[in-house]
Formats: sequence, structure tokens, C-alpha cells
Amino acid sequence: MKHHRVLRIVSKLLIPFIMLFALYVQFHGDFGPGGGFQAGVILASAFILYGLIFGLENARKVAPPAVVTRLVAAGVLIYAATGYAGLLKGGNFLDYGVLGATPVAGQHLGILIIEFGVGTTVAASMITIFFLFAGRER
Amino acid sequence: MNTLLAHLPALQVVVPMVAAPLCLLAGRAGLAWIIAFLAAAFATVAAALLAYQTLHHGPISYAMGGWAPPWGIEYAVDTANAFILLLVAAIACVVLVFCRTSIPKEIRAGREHLFYCMYTLCLTGLLGIAITGDAFNVFVFLEISSLSSYALIAMGGRRKSLTAAFQYLIMGTIGATFFLIGVGLLYMMTGTLNMADLSARIPELQDSRPVLAAFAFITVGLALKAALFPLHLWLPNAYAYAPSGVSAFMAATATKVSLYVLLRFTFTIFGSEFAFGNLPLLWVLLVPAVLAMFAGSFSAIFQTDIKRMLAYSSVAQIGYITLAIALANPAGVQAAMIHIFNHGLMKAALFCAMGCIFYRIGSTRIDQMAGLGRQMPWTFAAIVTGGLSLLGVPLTAGYISKWYLVQAALQTDLWWLVILIALSSMLALVYVWRLVEALYFQEPVPGREAVREAPLSMLLPTLLLAGANIYFGLDTRLPVAMTENAALLLFQGPGG
Amino acid sequence: MLQEILDHYNYWIAIMLMMVGFYTVVARGNLVKKIVGLNIFQTSVFLLYISMGKVTGGTAPILDERFTVYSNPIPHVLILTAIVVGVATTALGLALVVRIKESYGTIEEDELDLMDGET
Repeated sequence: MKHHRVLRIVSKLLIPFIMLFALYVQFHGDFGPGGGFQAGVILASAFILYGLIFGLENARKVAPPAVVTRLVAAGVLIYAATGYAGLLKGGNFLDYGVLGATPVAGQHLGILIIEFGVGTTVAASMITIFFLFAGRER
Repeated sequence: MNTLLAHLPALQVVVPMVAAPLCLLAGRAGLAWIIAFLAAAFATVAAALLAYQTLHHGPISYAMGGWAPPWGIEYAVDTANAFILLLVAAIACVVLVFCRTSIPKEIRAGREHLFYCMYTLCLTGLLGIAITGDAFNVFVFLEISSLSSYALIAMGGRRKSLTAAFQYLIMGTIGATFFLIGVGLLYMMTGTLNMADLSARIPELQDSRPVLAAFAFITVGLALKAALFPLHLWLPNAYAYAPSGVSAFMAATATKVSLYVLLRFTFTIFGSEFAFGNLPLLWVLLVPAVLAMFAGSFSAIFQTDIKRMLAYSSVAQIGYITLAIALANPAGVQAAMIHIFNHGLMKAALFCAMGCIFYRIGSTRIDQMAGLGRQMPWTFAAIVTGGLSLLGVPLTAGYISKWYLVQAALQTDLWWLVILIALSSMLALVYVWRLVEALYFQEPVPGREAVREAPLSMLLPTLLLAGANIYFGLDTRLPVAMTENAALLLFQGPGG
Repeated sequence: MLQEILDHYNYWIAIMLMMVGFYTVVARGNLVKKIVGLNIFQTSVFLLYISMGKVTGGTAPILDERFTVYSNPIPHVLILTAIVVGVATTALGLALVVRIKESYGTIEEDELDLMDGET
């Protein structure tokens, strides 16, 4: 759809804001509605829009499938690592309270890291699903 | 060391969970296998330690994230689910050894690491269902294990694997959604998701209609997942067209875990008073169970594909387990738990043996197998052992199951069930004999080259599983001690 | 009587969607339509959960000193998980449909059964 000038320019304008909004939803999730699931999908939608307008080939250059697949795993590992960190600091698995100086600070830090892991996995999975379906020839 | 022990309930699930993305990152088949195996081996050791602790020191409660139950998610381990954990982890570990040689031949090249990723994910799900003390958490783990098993079945390489996986996906999702509706209705009425808390609050809501509806939804949903006749339609194709390692793993564990959840919900959460006193659960379970015993065995007799035959035999065996649950006495619960364990052993052994045959001749059709018994004597020995155990011949694990089942039936006034159990075992004799006859007494297919015994790395796990059928037929201390305790705990109902 | 029915409109909507979805799964032979039906079926359960979390007069569960009554956020969180599961199921189901189309050349259930019967 590269030759549609309106689509191309509007999506070029939109994509940065979609990404910015994704980051807002991601990192503001501990004060307002938001979090990794939603942010991940919004971020992925930026890549999917790019892929739809500028073609799958260009999208694959921006987000190489090999890297994206690894990010799916990396997100889960971030999540799990936070859980283990709680264990090592003397709490239960996924106990964020022990991560910071005070329990409240710990909860803050913990949920941010956890949601970052969730967001990474969700965004990467969504992009992978898009690549796999769009990549089927016919 | 002590801290490690204290966190075992969490590690039991989380270690296989971490292994899954690591398998994905490993990228190579060999490395992924090692990671998966280490995780499964750890899970087995952890399950054994948990089983020991629960047996000698009573139930364990673990608060995820430090949030005390009933507000947080609780992992509650007692002898009942420690027993299931042990079965799932041990079977996963043994079958994984088998997979190392069999899988490269059965799935598309370059995808082995994805297979191990899905396999560990499925293991995570099954362990999670068994260990959690939170009703909603059961749903989440149920879907983790189901989604990964759909993918595992679709990897079967044959065209029919895809339709089998799709059929399972539709039926499995409906089952899980029914369960979700049930849990939602319970949450609406009680305001809690913790199992212990639920069981304390349900007695005062005995007559409320949402609770009745919740019970119906949960029972039907779990019956779908457990492939109880007539909701078993997804099972034969799924097991027949999955890779042989997956068939062995799933036949031994997936439906069993659903049956465990059914036990937990029926006896601990709702209580037998509610399910069998106020509601006619006896007949709701008994009729399908008896039909399953006969319809499953009859269908098995007429199959030409042996993996399909074994799958139909599983339907019949699930009938026995459900029958034991329907008896609604502690002996029945114990018989159900013992048969869950023993049936896992026999089906894993038989499906592994079929995997060995598939490895050599590339087929599991009975007409292709003629005369193979003499060329693959050890595989044949495993099939005979598994078959005898399936029949319930003395000195095998199957006999112990039947013994406890008959004992439990005799304690009720449903003595005629014993006749039905004996009759349906006769049907099992027909299909097992058909297999043995083809393997040993028929002349080999003309024109087929003689084959060698399966490779040792596949044969050893198969023989280990077959040997376990004999071992647990002779030395019944472990299953009997654990299930005795488990049946009492489950049966105590509210308050535990 | 009528008032009683109208008061529980959220349940009626959920049940109707549930039946629409369930019917589509059972009665339609096209695999994509089955997935669509499955989605509607799951959505009805999401609605059931979300509507039970509503507290009359309560606001969205975001802490603020101007409000004292909040809706119950737990069903929202539970359903967020269930939605993710639903998305995963849909993606996997559609992936299977694509593969089935590639190897069978059709996604109509009766034609698939016919082809499976022959081989």
C-alpha cells in the first residue's frame, strides 16, 4: 500500500505517537489503568501498521523475526528473574516487597519490572503472530 | 538448603516454566533437550520431596508473592496432589528420554527446540493445575497445558494431526470456558477464589441456584477435559496422530489431572453431601462411566491403527476411574487415585512401545505389524506387560487397581457393578489378544525387510515404564499409603 | 415480573451471546466460523465476569480521595488473563486453519471428513 500517499503520511505521523502512548500505558500502569498486556498490544500495533503500509519486507528489517522471537522468551525470563530475585532476597516467589528499601518501594519496583517483562512478551508475540500469518504466501 | 525446601512448591512449577523460554532461546535440539530434561528431572525430585513432606508432616501451604491466602494465590500441597505431581513429573521425565531419539524422526527438522519448549510448557501447566489452591489459577494452568498440547499434537507431521488438533482445540476451549463460567458463578456467590475458603463458604449456600449452576458447569467442563464418555470425541484422533512421545505423555497425565480437579471440586470444595446427597451426581457419573467402559472397549476392538485402539482403551479406563469417583466413599476415591496412577503407567508403557514400532516400520497399523514380536522381542515384552496390566492380571499394577475398585463397589449396594467391571475387562482381553496375536503368531508381511530392535535410548524408558507396571503390582506401599491418606483428606471436605 | 427480567439484563445479554456463540461452534461447518463462534462464546463469559464486578454507584477502581465507593477490580484482572488466553486460542486456531487449508485445500468440515475417510 506504499503508493497511497495519504495512508503513508498519516501512518508515518501516527506511529511515533502510538509508540509513545504504549510507553505511557506501560510505565504509568502503577498509577492509572494500564500495564504490560495493553501496552504490549499497542506497541505491536505500531509495528503491524508499519508492516501493512510499507510492506512485510521493510517491517522485517525494522523488527527482525529472529530478534522478535528471542524477545518473546526474554520477556518471560524477565518475569521469572524478578520472581527469583524475591526468593533470593528472602521473600516468597514473586514477593516484590523485599526488592526495595521499603516494602512500598519494593512493590513499585517489582511491578514495574514484571510489567516490563509482560509487555515485552506480549508485543513480541503479537508481532510474531502478524509476521507468521502475513508471511504465508497465497 | 532449608530455604530451598521451603520454596519447593513454587519451584515445582517455576523451574519448568523457565525451561520453556530457555529451550526457545537454545535454538538447537541437543541443548534444548538437556534443558528440558534437567527441568523435568528437577520437577520429579521436587515432587518426590513434596510427597515425602506431605506424607510425614502434613499439608503445605505456600503464599505466592507473600500475599497470605485467601487474598493471594495459594499453592496448597497435600498427599492427594503431591501424588499427582509425582506421577506427572516422573512420566514427563521418562518420556522425555524417549523423545530424544523418537522426535527427530517424527516432526519437521529444525523444530525440535520448539517441541521441547511446548513440552516443558505443557508440563508446567499440568503441574500447576495439580499444585494450586486457587480456583481461577486452575483455569489459567489448564489453558497453558491445553494450548501447548494442541501445538504438540499438530506437530505430528501427518495431515490428520492438524484436524485432530483443531477438533481438540474447539472441544478443549469449550470445556475450559465452562469451567471458567462455573468459577465465575462461585466467585459471585462467595466472593473468594481460594479453594479452602470456597469449601468453608459453600455449605451455607447449598440451595442457591448459582451454586448449583456452577457445580453443573464445572463438572461438565472437567468431564470434557477428562474425555468422559460421551464427551470423548476429541481424544482418539488427538492421541492417534500426535507424535508418539506426546501420546505417551498426554495419555498418562493430561486427562488424569482433569480427573484430579474433578475429585478436588466434588469432594473438597462442594463436599460429597452436596454432590451426592442433594444432587444425583451418582447417576450422572455412573451411567457415562459404564457406557464408557463398554463403548470404549468395543470401539477399541475394531480399530486398525493401534494408537487409536489404545486411545479408545483410554476412554474405557477413564470410565473405570469415573466409576470409582461415582461410588462416593473413601474407598472409591482411593481406587480412583490408584487407577489414575496405574493407568498412567500402563498407557505410557504401551504408547512408548508403539513409538518404538513406529520408529522401525513407520506405521502403527496392525496389518503392518504382523510377526514383529519376534524381531523386536523387548518391545514385544513391554507390550505384553502393559497389556496384561490393562487387563488387570495378578502381579501387575492393573490388578491392584481392579482389586481396589471391586472392594469399593462391594462397600456400596451396587454389587452388580463388579459383574460389569469383569465383563468389560473381557473386552480388553479381546483387543489386547488381537495385538499380541498379530505381533507374535502371524507371519511377517511378505516383502518387508526384517527390522532390528528399537534403539536403546527408546527401549530403556519403555522397559522402565513396563517394569514399573510389574513393580507396582508387587510393591504397593507407595501408591496405597499416599492414596489412603489422600482419600481421607479429600473426603473430609470443608475445613480439611 | 418484567421488572425482574429487566433488572438482570446483563445476565440475559451474557446468556444470549453464550448461546449464539455455542450454536455457531456446533452448527457451522466452516472452521473459521467455528473460531468466530468460539470467540463470541468466550466474550459472553467476559461480560458475565465484568458485570458481576460492578458495584452500584461505584467508580472505576483508581484510588482518589474524591471517591469512596469503587467497583470490584478483581473480575477485571481475572478477565484480562482470560482475554489473553482467548487471544492465544484464536491465534493458534487460525494458525491450524491456515495449515489445514494448505494441506487439504479446504476448510469445510464435511469435505475434510470426506477426505479423511478416503485416506
